[in-house]
Amino acid sequence: MGIRSLGQQGIVFAVFAVLFAVFAATLPGFLSTSNMLTLLQNVAVLGILGLAMAIVVIGRGIDISLIAALAVPPGLVLQMVQDGHSLPASLAAAFVLTTVFGLVNGWLIAYAEVPSLFTTLASGLFLAGLGQAALFKLDVVQWSPGLEGFEKLGQGNLFGIPMPIVMFALFCIAVAFFLRRTRLGAYIYAIGDNPNGARVTGIPTRPIIVLQYVLAALIGFGAGLIMAASVNSMPTRIFNSTLIYDVILVVVLGGIGLSGGRGGVLNVVIGTLLIGTMLNGMTIMDVSYSGQNLVKGVVLLAAVIADSFLNPRNEETAQQGDI
Amino acid sequence: MQDALLRLRYRYWPDHLLGEILSKRWTETAIPVIVLLIITILLSRAIPGFLSVGGLADTGRQAGEIGFIVLGMALVVIVGGIDLSVGSMFALCDFCALFCLNVLNWPVPAVIVATLACGAALGAVNGLLIGYLRLRAFITTLITLIIYRSAYDLLLFDYSNTIAAAFPDFPSWNFVGGGVVAGVPSVVLVYIVVAVFGHVFLTRLRPGWHVTAIGGSRRSAYNSGIPVRRTIALCYTASGVLTSIGALFFAARLGTVGGDVGVGLEVTVLTATVLGGISLGGGKGSVAKALVGTLIVLFVINGLTTLSVSGGVNRMVLAGVLLVAATIDIRWLKNRTRIISKVYVSPTYHGLAPAASTAPGSGPFAQNDRLRDVTLIGLGRIEAPEDVILDRNDNLYAGSRHGDIMRFLAPDYQEMEVFAHIGGQPLGMAFDRKDNLYVCIGGMGLYRITPERKVEKVTDETNRSLYSVNDDSRLRLADDLDIADDGRIFFSEATIRYEMDEWPVDGLEARGNGRIICYDPNNGTTRTVLRGLKFPNGICIASDGQSILFAETFGCSIKRYWFDGPKTGKVETVIDNLPGYPDNINLASDGNYWLAMVGMRSPALDLAWKMPGFRKRMGKRVPIDEWLFPNINTGCVIKFNERGEVLDSLWDLRGVNHPMITSMREHRGYLYLGGIANNRIGRYKLEGADPGFVQYDRRWGKSK
Repeated sequence: MGIRSLGQQGIVFAVFAVLFAVFAATLPGFLSTSNMLTLLQNVAVLGILGLAMAIVVIGRGIDISLIAALAVPPGLVLQMVQDGHSLPASLAAAFVLTTVFGLVNGWLIAYAEVPSLFTTLASGLFLAGLGQAALFKLDVVQWSPGLEGFEKLGQGNLFGIPMPIVMFALFCIAVAFFLRRTRLGAYIYAIGDNPNGARVTGIPTRPIIVLQYVLAALIGFGAGLIMAASVNSMPTRIFNSTLIYDVILVVVLGGIGLSGGRGGVLNVVIGTLLIGTMLNGMTIMDVSYSGQNLVKGVVLLAAVIADSFLNPRNEETAQQGDI
Repeated sequence: MQDALLRLRYRYWPDHLLGEILSKRWTETAIPVIVLLIITILLSRAIPGFLSVGGLADTGRQAGEIGFIVLGMALVVIVGGIDLSVGSMFALCDFCALFCLNVLNWPVPAVIVATLACGAALGAVNGLLIGYLRLRAFITTLITLIIYRSAYDLLLFDYSNTIAAAFPDFPSWNFVGGGVVAGVPSVVLVYIVVAVFGHVFLTRLRPGWHVTAIGGSRRSAYNSGIPVRRTIALCYTASGVLTSIGALFFAARLGTVGGDVGVGLEVTVLTATVLGGISLGGGKGSVAKALVGTLIVLFVINGLTTLSVSGGVNRMVLAGVLLVAATIDIRWLKNRTRIISKVYVSPTYHGLAPAASTAPGSGPFAQNDRLRDVTLIGLGRIEAPEDVILDRNDNLYAGSRHGDIMRFLAPDYQEMEVFAHIGGQPLGMAFDRKDNLYVCIGGMGLYRITPERKVEKVTDETNRSLYSVNDDSRLRLADDLDIADDGRIFFSEATIRYEMDEWPVDGLEARGNGRIICYDPNNGTTRTVLRGLKFPNGICIASDGQSILFAETFGCSIKRYWFDGPKTGKVETVIDNLPGYPDNINLASDGNYWLAMVGMRSPALDLAWKMPGFRKRMGKRVPIDEWLFPNINTGCVIKFNERGEVLDSLWDLRGVNHPMITSMREHRGYLYLGGIANNRIGRYKLEGADPGFVQYDRRWGKSK
């Protein structure tokens, strides 16, 4: 992770530590093992989505369509099983759908050069529309007997640790290995750092950008399966929620700059912990949903402002088009 | 026969217009406009009454409301940011308006002011954070989106019943919501006013240019002293105000506050912005683009709603249209300059008869080596003296590549000084009666240097011709001049289609792109007098004082144009079919004229000039540095008279000192030679010339 991304990461970690300490001291039951597990379980899906987003953001892109990938392919699995198909066939079909979706995203961004923000905004809309119009009968796709055993993915335990947490950990290890130990991961950092430089060096930038979006979509699909398994249904209306903003916040607050080339899995974990702690603490304090959002927003803003004072941007070195 | 057909085809078919139209800035918006037209046609066929007055008025109201927000977003995107919080600001402003009206019972003007202030305050928060604290726009507005939205939800929880219970009935408030002036909804009128102002602001006012400059390159804008932080902050504030205007009309039209007001609005608005062609990343955009984008998005959404397709299909169609349109638009913007560079050069037919021989002993053009032993002035110290001139005190002046007029002091011309600095590329020069030095400056226009070394702009524009696509009012390449007895200045502009450094491309095109322009100091007007000339270059007043001799470089001819007297307006050819490319013309002491030849014709280019298709293919397929260019490596000086007889020629066969000559000037028995690619001025002793000849003593009389 190194020194270069220490700034914001450190601040956010400090905020997390302070919050954690305050909650632990003031809220009864916050520090209990069961609450800790609940906390982690609640943010596991968010964290996994954060990993997907991280891969894309490190490569200097953004993927707004993650929530569609989270909702629609797992919804398809549930729907197909409900309609009498076998579980492996359904999984394969959803896998193909997700891959194609990622390929289309990547092609539009890498080859047609449509800005990633815009592409994924529209493609997510498209996928959600496709699900609504052609795939699902109801907004909430229900669990069916054919999925027997699959719910363990979301509700089981491994050595007493809830499965979502285990899955989050597994995803973390896999993504960290991919980003830090494989050549493709290094290429993604190179592309995010300096796309033109990477291209001139001979890195096949376009296929790798496509790969980023395919990976992101697949990870989103995985997160969706875990989510469906843990709640025994797939509420596809989740697409309309502001979950995607939480995902972006996790990534950016953790210290992965939107200008790409910086950060890693640890940053996602820190961001996820901060958001998770805040939400958990406020739930215990019985703050309303809007109130939680308000507090969350203000804390985030404070963190970002603190970062800007500690690590001010330099007009001279600011990157063009860096929003 | 085939040749004649070819000639006719290139004479009457305006090939060059395509490139000129494509280089217009407004063609950047072409794709969004075409998409808009296609969508409008499709929807008006699918939906009866889509284009009716009622339908349009309804669409107009929604377009106005969203349109304001898109304008705000456009401004923010142009300055290089993004504002995701518009949806939440919209909701809060809507709440603010209805709260003031229904709960506080304020009068309508106060409500309007309060709502605008609310929007400004919300936007100012973004502005402070992003402009002054320099936070990242994306993440900051994402956070304010969440904060504003939850604030709205909390307020809504407390007041929604109170607001819903009240039924305010103010005529003025109803007018804001549903008023119509001459069939046009009130919101559209206000939008037009704001949009026109926005257009003027972005294109004509200094702060608007600052906005575009910051978006284009924040770093350069900062370095050139633009108040970057303040401008950015104000842009976000403006976005808030514009959003509040939209919210105001929305509140007046529907009068409701609900949990879903403004949810996802940022997506719609951003879509409209990008679809209109305002590129994320900044520096590019206009009000027209914002409007086109708004209409596309609104038409698609409304059309699909009217067709009552299911929500899912609705989304798919919308997303599909957006992706396809954005893809085409981005490819178009990316390749537009490439397309222009391929089609802009449009060669035309230019047939020249075989030229007279220049072989030794063949006639007046016969090569010799008389320029072999010229004296060199300023060797290595001057660059690109296109023209040389001497004043009454024998001092020698020449332009330089650096935009200076250099002066070599008589009598030995060893001492060199910068006489004046103008900029641009100084080309032809002439003295007037009062010893003012007039200089044609490539890229700038016609300038004057007084004997006190004061530089004054004489003119840099002429009348715009009626049917030209390119704006030809500015002078691109003023080339040479001479001054008539009554003070009128006739100067040539070599081409109106290319810049100074692209002159060989104009030669390749061989179209009559040049013109002769007259500046009249008596009333300060500048008028174009002759158009369609093939690179007009040297100009010299003829002996009758009523006409000028001018050289057409790529026409390889000398012509004469009468501006006064019985033959006013007539053009006659003096010499046709020269063996080289004529440049400047100047008076000789014996009443004849010196003519510089910048280069000699070659059979290859002569042939290519008759094959426009070949040159067009070359322009498209071969990199520019490998094009066939006019030869300017060898030239000479000839002497001719007004009857068109060539009397003499001077050559530098070795090609060391003066292989290429753009100008020459006779002075007291010597001929001074300049060349635009040379680093020296040549001085050649003329045998038997009048040793007392001073050009401007003869022109204006000896008295000072």
